[in-house]
Formats: sequence, structure tokens, C-alpha cells
Amino acid sequence: MNAYFSWPRFLAVLLKEFVQMKRDRLTFGMIVGIPIIQLILFGFAINTDPKGLPAALVVNDESVFSRSLVRSLENSQYFKFTHRATSEAEADRLLQLGDVQFVLVIPSDFSRKLQRGERPQLLLAADATDPSATGNALATLNQTVKQAMDRELVGPLSGLKPGELPVDLRVQRRFNPEGITRYNIVPGLMGVILTMTMIMMTALAMTRERERGTMENLLATPVRPIEVMAGKIAPFIIVGYLQVTLILSAAKLIFGVPIVGSLVLLSLALIVFIAANLSVGFTFSTIAKNQLQAMQMTFFFFLPSMLLSGFMFPFRGMPEWAQWIGEALPLTHFLRIVRGVLLKGNGLAEIVPELWPIGLFMLVAGTVALKRYRQTLD
Amino acid sequence: MNSAAANAVVSPSAEAVIDVKGLTKKFGERTVVDDFAIRVNRGQIYGFLGPNGSGKTTTIRMLCGLLTADAGEGQCLGYDIRRESQQIKRHVGYMTQKFSLYEDLSLAENLDFIARVYDVKDRKQAVDKTLERLGLTARRTQLAGSLSGGWKQRLALAACLLHEPKLLLLDEPTAGVDPKARREFWDQIHDLAADGLTVLVSTHYMDEAERCHALAYIAYGRLLANGTATQLIQQSGMTTWSAAGPDLHDLARELRGQPGVDMVVPFGTTLHVSGADATQLEQSLAPYRERTGYRWVRIEPGLEDVFIGLMNSAKDNFQ
Repeated sequence: MNAYFSWPRFLAVLLKEFVQMKRDRLTFGMIVGIPIIQLILFGFAINTDPKGLPAALVVNDESVFSRSLVRSLENSQYFKFTHRATSEAEADRLLQLGDVQFVLVIPSDFSRKLQRGERPQLLLAADATDPSATGNALATLNQTVKQAMDRELVGPLSGLKPGELPVDLRVQRRFNPEGITRYNIVPGLMGVILTMTMIMMTALAMTRERERGTMENLLATPVRPIEVMAGKIAPFIIVGYLQVTLILSAAKLIFGVPIVGSLVLLSLALIVFIAANLSVGFTFSTIAKNQLQAMQMTFFFFLPSMLLSGFMFPFRGMPEWAQWIGEALPLTHFLRIVRGVLLKGNGLAEIVPELWPIGLFMLVAGTVALKRYRQTLD
Repeated sequence: MNSAAANAVVSPSAEAVIDVKGLTKKFGERTVVDDFAIRVNRGQIYGFLGPNGSGKTTTIRMLCGLLTADAGEGQCLGYDIRRESQQIKRHVGYMTQKFSLYEDLSLAENLDFIARVYDVKDRKQAVDKTLERLGLTARRTQLAGSLSGGWKQRLALAACLLHEPKLLLLDEPTAGVDPKARREFWDQIHDLAADGLTVLVSTHYMDEAERCHALAYIAYGRLLANGTATQLIQQSGMTTWSAAGPDLHDLARELRGQPGVDMVVPFGTTLHVSGADATQLEQSLAPYRERTGYRWVRIEPGLEDVFIGLMNSAKDNFQ
């Protein structure tokens, strides 16, 4: 037998590993579950060419031309006029809230000027915080408008057809006029990093107590579950804020990300978001038997969070079922808040619709955690 | 036999610190503790004996509220064990079988944490006093993880005593600790008991069992016998003979299975032969006692003999 490598000894270790793998059901589940989740998410949910983007319409000139224009835009499949606003201000608000991706404004003298060949202005404002979400829609815009006009400019008006576009199409890329991707990514990263570290750290913190046997001692003392939970979570809120400070400084100083909104408001939203993630971590820690399982659960939660929240891929490009899953994740709502506050300068009123789902999530996860945390060893 | 321990048994009229009846705990289908009753008086050192997996730890955990009993009733320190575990926890010092303090905290930090959790008054002084009392002051800044077994056990005891409990529940506190440290530990326990603290301690060591005021022997989740060490030996009705001579191993092999011979145990240079039926044992041994080169003496059975005898008879009842 070779003194340096013995096959029977190697086999002994190999067989032992397989037996242990079989015993750890969660690891086994990961081996099968992770590829399946990845396949489903990447295969079905992710779409880098989002269509049917919600748009608001402000029509100050009801005419055959404006109707045709709207129809053409919808036919291009990129635009879906979900809102009709009576004023530009109202439409801008929808844009600010993130309810629509685009606003199309047809001015009151549109058809008159068009018929005179005066090239009326046509305004399309886009929420460009995520340049990849609007990119393709804007790229096809010129062509779509031209086709719509060509169809309507018949008879005596056909003379307007050749040459340049008969309308003066103005595209406004709001909130990120230069379409810089990192303006979108860097604030988003804040949410991603917090999700990862907050969940992992709390999940490990409790599991460590159990793994090292210190849990028994802790349970034998008069300390209450809520005290343990609050005491374990609070330090990580501070850790979370440290990370935020770091990311924000880098965003401003290194990446030049504009900070339009209020940082105080952002801090408020951060408390809720961090607490929500910590509750998830705490819940995991009550389920996981050891630190490895806690890590695996964290990963299980983190993967869909990253892919379905709109961090990596446009949220509106995903099929409806994926959007529903996305809506249930705190990161999705936080991304809207952080991008809204930093890039759009959103205030409290604009972020509340995104803040309460995170709060609700925190309550549910916190309740589950407290219910699962037992004061006895039963 | 330690006669001082035997004399110290408190009369039944004394104040009961633990008084439980019918205690039962099931894990799934398995009954781990079955209809268990125990009464421990104030100031007593009560020993818990029994083989591994007999339900000692489960019973201790039920007493301090770490596990909820499926059936049974009783009180611990005057609090109902099923409903008032929160109050019980405040006045009990529980030392787990496995070291369960934080290895990445120093001794002082560990004790400070425990003191805060129990809301100990004058925390700093209490920690200093406890460190001093157990001779840990010199090591106060050392990390608990770097301590050896004996010192860890001392630290654990310190943590149990910090909040001045009325009852100590010690689950195999001296497992893996050297004899000197064990002896010192037991001296501590006796000092504490003399001050009025009640101690329930589980152990596998017979010398420790003999240092207890009273003993309970558990096997298969049931209480098989209890009383003082002397009482247990008397109650067992066991007769033991000691044989000294050559080739004890062969002798033992011959003796096993003879009528009346329940146990043959080698003790170094002697062989202990025990049986419940004294006459039959004597008859069986008669031919061997004639053999030359052997010296036979009738001795008082040891606690270990009694317990193993109990175990063997219990096996017949439960399996």
C-alpha cells in the first residue's frame, strides 16, 4: 500500500462524507433547490427587454393624430397607457411616485400645428433612474412616432411626410438625464448589502448560541425571548448604519451619485428595512440547526431578493408571478425608496406606499420569530 | 461510608425545597421520565444517580423550567413547577452538563453578563466577591475558552452562585475533572449547604454519591430507590464476598452464572462476588472457599454493587 495515498483511507473519508450529506437534509435540498431556483428565475423571470411599461397620458388636443399616436405607441408593445392625467403636474407626480415609467404630453395646438407643418412639440418624459428599463422603449420611439404620423398624413398633408419627423419629439430623461447606470446601481447596492449582512449576522448569532451549547444556560436564566431578540438585533442596526454611511460616502465621493432627497428621511426608512431583515435572520436562526444551515437559508432568501427586486434586472420586465414574489420582498420596496429619495428627491408622502409593506413584512417575520423562539428546550 | 453525611439527613418534617409527584416526560413515543417523585429538604445535598440516558438531565431540566412536564405536579421553592417556571428560574442556579458560558468572553465578562440578566444588586461587587470566593480573581481577564476543565467548572459554579440562589441544580458538574479539583468542588458544595443552600447534583462517581446527604437512583426514567447511602445498602439486602488470590479472572469466569451469584466484579487485586440471596450465595461459594491460595472475606457491599444490582433487576422489569 502506498504510504502517501491509500485508496481505502480515501474511500473511508468519501463514504463518511456521503453519509453525512444524506443526514443533512437542508444541504441536500440546496444541492437540488439552488439550480432549480436559478433556472426558473433566470429562465422565466428575468427579461432585460421590458415591455408594457406603464405610461401616463396628458392629452390637451383630442384629435385623430393623437389617437393614432397613442395607438402606435401601444402597438409597439413598449408602452401601456395606464393613467390619464388632466395636467402635466398630475402626470409628473405619477412619475415621481414610480406609478408610471413614462409621461406623454400632447400639447393643445398639436393637430393644428401639425397640419400647418409647423412641427408641434411632443413631450415624452421618462423615469430614467433605471436606464436599462427605459432604454429599448426610447430607442424605438422615433420610428414608432414616424410610422404613426405617416399613416395619418394622407391626401393634402402627405407633402409633410418626407424628410424629417413632422413633430418635434422631445425626450426628457428625468432623475438620471445622462442615463448613468451606476446612479441606479450604487444606491441599490445599499439595499443588497444590508439584506445580505443583516440576515446572515442575526441568523448566525442565535444559531451560534445553540451550536456552542450556551443556549441552555441562557434559557435557564430569567431572560425573556423579546429581550433576547431585541438585544441581539440592536447591535446589528448600528452595524447596518455603519455600512450605510460607508456606502453613501462612496456613492457621493467616488461615484458622484446625486443625493437629491433628505438623508434623514432615508435613515427613517433604513430603520424599518434593517429591522425587517433582522427579523428574517432571527426567524432563520430559530429554524437552523447549525451555522451552516443558517448560511444556506440566508442564501435561499438572498438569491430571489437580488434577482426579483429590480436590483439587477428591470422589475417591470418580469412576468406577473415574479412581480408578485418581488412585491413580497423588502428589498424591492427599499430599492424604490432609496432610488426615489436619492435620485428623485422623494419626500415622506412619496415613500409611505413603499414603506408600509416593509413594516408589514417586519411584523410578520418578527411574530414568526418570537413564536418559534422557545423558552424551553422541548 | 461517610457517617457525617448519614447523620445530616434532615427529618421529613423539615421544609421541602423540591416536592414533586408523578413527573412524566415523553419525547415522541419514548417515555424518558415516568411517574417520578422526589422530595428534597432545605440544606440537603441530594445525589442523583443512574446510568446514562436514565432521565437525570431531563428531570433536572423539568425542575428548573427548561422542559415542561407532560404530567405531574409539585413545587420547587414554593412555586408551581408547571406554571411558575419564570419565578423558579430567578432562584435556581443551574449548572449544565456541558460548559455553557461564552468561551469568547473573559471570566469577568461572563459573570457580569449573568449578573445583569439576573438583575443582581451591586453588580460589580457581586462579581468581584464571587470571583474571590472561587479563587478566580487572578484569571478574571482570561477568556473562558482558554480555561482547563477544572477551572471551567469553577467558573460555571461561580455563574450559578452569583444571584444567590436558594437551590443549586448541578448536572454532572465534575465530569472530566481531576480528583483534586473534584474534592475542592465538593468541599465548596458542603460549605454552601451548611449555609442553607439546597443542592441537587447528578453524578456517576461513587465517592461523590457517598458525600451526599441523600440519594435517588433512577433507571429507565423511574425512581428505583432513594434514601441515605447506608439505607440504600441495607435495603438492597445484598451480600458481598471479597476474594483475594491468584488468577482472579479465571475464578470470575467460573463463578458467573452460579446460582445465587448475581454479580462478579474485579476490584484490582480482589474480586467482589455479590448476590441478593445470602444463603444460596454462600452455598455456591462453599466449594471455592475450600481452594487453597484464596482468601475469602465477607464485606459490606459498596454503593456501586448496590446500584448495579438495582440496574440488573430493573432491566428485568422494564425490558
